[in-house]
Amino acid sequence: MQMPETRVLLKHAEDPELRTLAGYKRYDGYGALEKAYRQMEAEEVLKELEDSGLRGRGGAGFSMGKKASFLPRGEMQKYLCCNADESEPGAFKDRELMQRNPHQLIEGIAIAALAADAGHAFIFIRGEYDLQADILDAAVAEAYEAGYLGENILGTRRDLELVVHRGAGAYICGEETALLDALEGKRGNPRLKPPFPAVQGLYGGPTLINNVETLSNVPRIVAHGAEWFRGFGTEQSPGTKVVSVSGCVQRPGNYEVELGVPTRELIYELAGGPGGGREVKAFYPGGSSSPVLTAEEGLDLPYSFEDMAAAGSMLGSGSIIVADDSVSIPHMALRTARFYHHESCGKCTPCREGTNWTVKMLERMVHGEATPMDLDIVASVQENIIGHCLCVLGDSMAMPVGAMVRKFRGEFEQVMAEAGTAVAA
Amino acid sequence: MSPVDGPGVSNPNLPVDPALVEGRVPDRVPEQVPELHEVDCPPDLKEHIETLMGRYPDRKSASIPALWAVQRLYGWCTPEGIRQAAAVMRVTPAYLESVASFYDLLHTEPVGTHKVAVCTNISCWMRGADELLEAFRSAAGGDEDIFVTGFECLGACDIAPMVSIDERYFGPLEAAEAETAIEQLRTGKDVLPEKALEKRPLAGDAGSTGGVPRAGDADA
Ligand SMILES: Cc1cc2nc3c(=O)[nH]c(=O)nc-3n(C[C@H](O)[C@H](O)[C@H](O)COP(=O)(O)O)c2cc1C
Ligand code: SF4
Ligand code: FES
Repeated sequence: MQMPETRVLLKHAEDPELRTLAGYKRYDGYGALEKAYRQMEAEEVLKELEDSGLRGRGGAGFSMGKKASFLPRGEMQKYLCCNADESEPGAFKDRELMQRNPHQLIEGIAIAALAADAGHAFIFIRGEYDLQADILDAAVAEAYEAGYLGENILGTRRDLELVVHRGAGAYICGEETALLDALEGKRGNPRLKPPFPAVQGLYGGPTLINNVETLSNVPRIVAHGAEWFRGFGTEQSPGTKVVSVSGCVQRPGNYEVELGVPTRELIYELAGGPGGGREVKAFYPGGSSSPVLTAEEGLDLPYSFEDMAAAGSMLGSGSIIVADDSVSIPHMALRTARFYHHESCGKCTPCREGTNWTVKMLERMVHGEATPMDLDIVASVQENIIGHCLCVLGDSMAMPVGAMVRKFRGEFEQVMAEAGTAVAA
Repeated sequence: MSPVDGPGVSNPNLPVDPALVEGRVPDRVPEQVPELHEVDCPPDLKEHIETLMGRYPDRKSASIPALWAVQRLYGWCTPEGIRQAAAVMRVTPAYLESVASFYDLLHTEPVGTHKVAVCTNISCWMRGADELLEAFRSAAGGDEDIFVTGFECLGACDIAPMVSIDERYFGPLEAAEAETAIEQLRTGKDVLPEKALEKRPLAGDAGSTGGVPRAGDADA
């Protein structure tokens, strides 16, 4: 028996015509945009979004409506950026949403731009997503043609320019201020905050930055209302979530569920579990940046922002990577650390050097060249990174690696001993 | 008044910055924005970059798209191509070079016509990515036209282990399929059509198992 999905964002996604304007309109597409632009004031849209309790789906889980309300009112040029960089290992939900339902995202952007009073919007999509960027380009062209974008939208005297901007391969550009620098045509280095982008962002103007999935939720919230949206999920995590499940499962993929469903059902019933008589040993609940949970700690938790945080981890981007009992945790820690080392922009010393030394020490461990002290050094390096950097990329390595060393210390010691014996022999 | 005996220079034993005496003369002429007539920019490229610049409130925002255009035309970001883009954009070539060197997908060295990126990140590694990368390397066997690299997570862990070939995704792959893919690339055929990401149904609609048998926990 398979647990059913609750498809809201992925509703009708099996229909290949959905990606065209005609297909999208067959399912009431752009109805919410008509409602918002013709019948609602910007402040009403904003209030609906705040009341819905929609939390950001890009990692931090901050209230979308609240963030939009931080933008100053007034005549200045404001911007909206859709974060479609999706480069965190384990995350592939935005890819699915853009590929199967690009107009839902475009409609969400247009409505959010109305709420934030932004005249220019950008979709910053990772350069590797060439297929999805082509699909978006085509959909944006259709939306301009139909008068949902451009000048004087639906004759309401409101304008919105939307540009699909392809990145060129750098995980750090997903960090919102690095994204702004990349969009301004620079190397993608994070900026010091404050000022926050809502006050001073792109080209120095107030800027709203939201994830693809966050913005894809906007049309239905406006169409059906905040109360309807709160009918899904939990009190603190309203709505559905497209969860990317990968690693040691038989049916890896994106599954849309109400927030708060049992994690075990996501992993075992929807994604099929490890299979082959194997058991889940540990998993990252929210992408490679989230502290791993052991099966005992995590499988019976509701999959929500609050429950993952209470367990000392995070829901993050909503990407579960499953490791079964055949996976070596020290090797997994090494893979994780290598990624952050490669992607560190090098601006802060704790991150640049900390990721470098963590990789070196983990390599020594799995190659049998480590001393028992190294485990404590690795642990202390992680502690010294956390909270000491400009952005949280450093923390994003330190948290999962630190958790692995803490929770699987015995396995690290065993790997070091076995590799050491092999080297000595 | 010579700066040496001006106020604030109280200790004669301290070394004196020669620039204070001789004035600051740059030892090299700073790089200039090249003029269009100096760079011989193909008209199509010029027009394309101008269109790109027109899409943004600030023309500099077009630097990554312009570098993409250069790379599409020449296969990589050649020094001449960068000078041409710089002339159109009215920035220095060094500026565009510094941008290009930051991003993994922009190549400042020649690479092959075909680009094969095998993901070796966590989920793909668990399902045999290291073996797949090895298989692609040996299948391409030093062919300069085919550029094989390991890559970080490409956002397609559902089809792990996977590969991006000329910007399209394929997976899940068995190591043996590397040979087929490379052969198809060489002979100009459609690459692994049945493994294209584009053709996959949603996981919940597929009803079958998504992956290949896993290659265990081997690692370098
Ligand atoms: C290193 C790093 C990488 C990030 N990558 C992404 C990303 O790829 N996509 C994304 O939406 N958010 C990413 N974020 C989070 C963004 O900074 C930002 O919080 C988010 O886009 C806000 O959107 P939301 O409120 O809708 O979640 C990243 C953050 C960091 C520190
Ligand atoms: S924490 Fe790392 S990635 Fe972030 S700004 Fe500092 S060096 Fe760059
Ligand atoms: S780990 Fe390979 S695509 Fe994500």
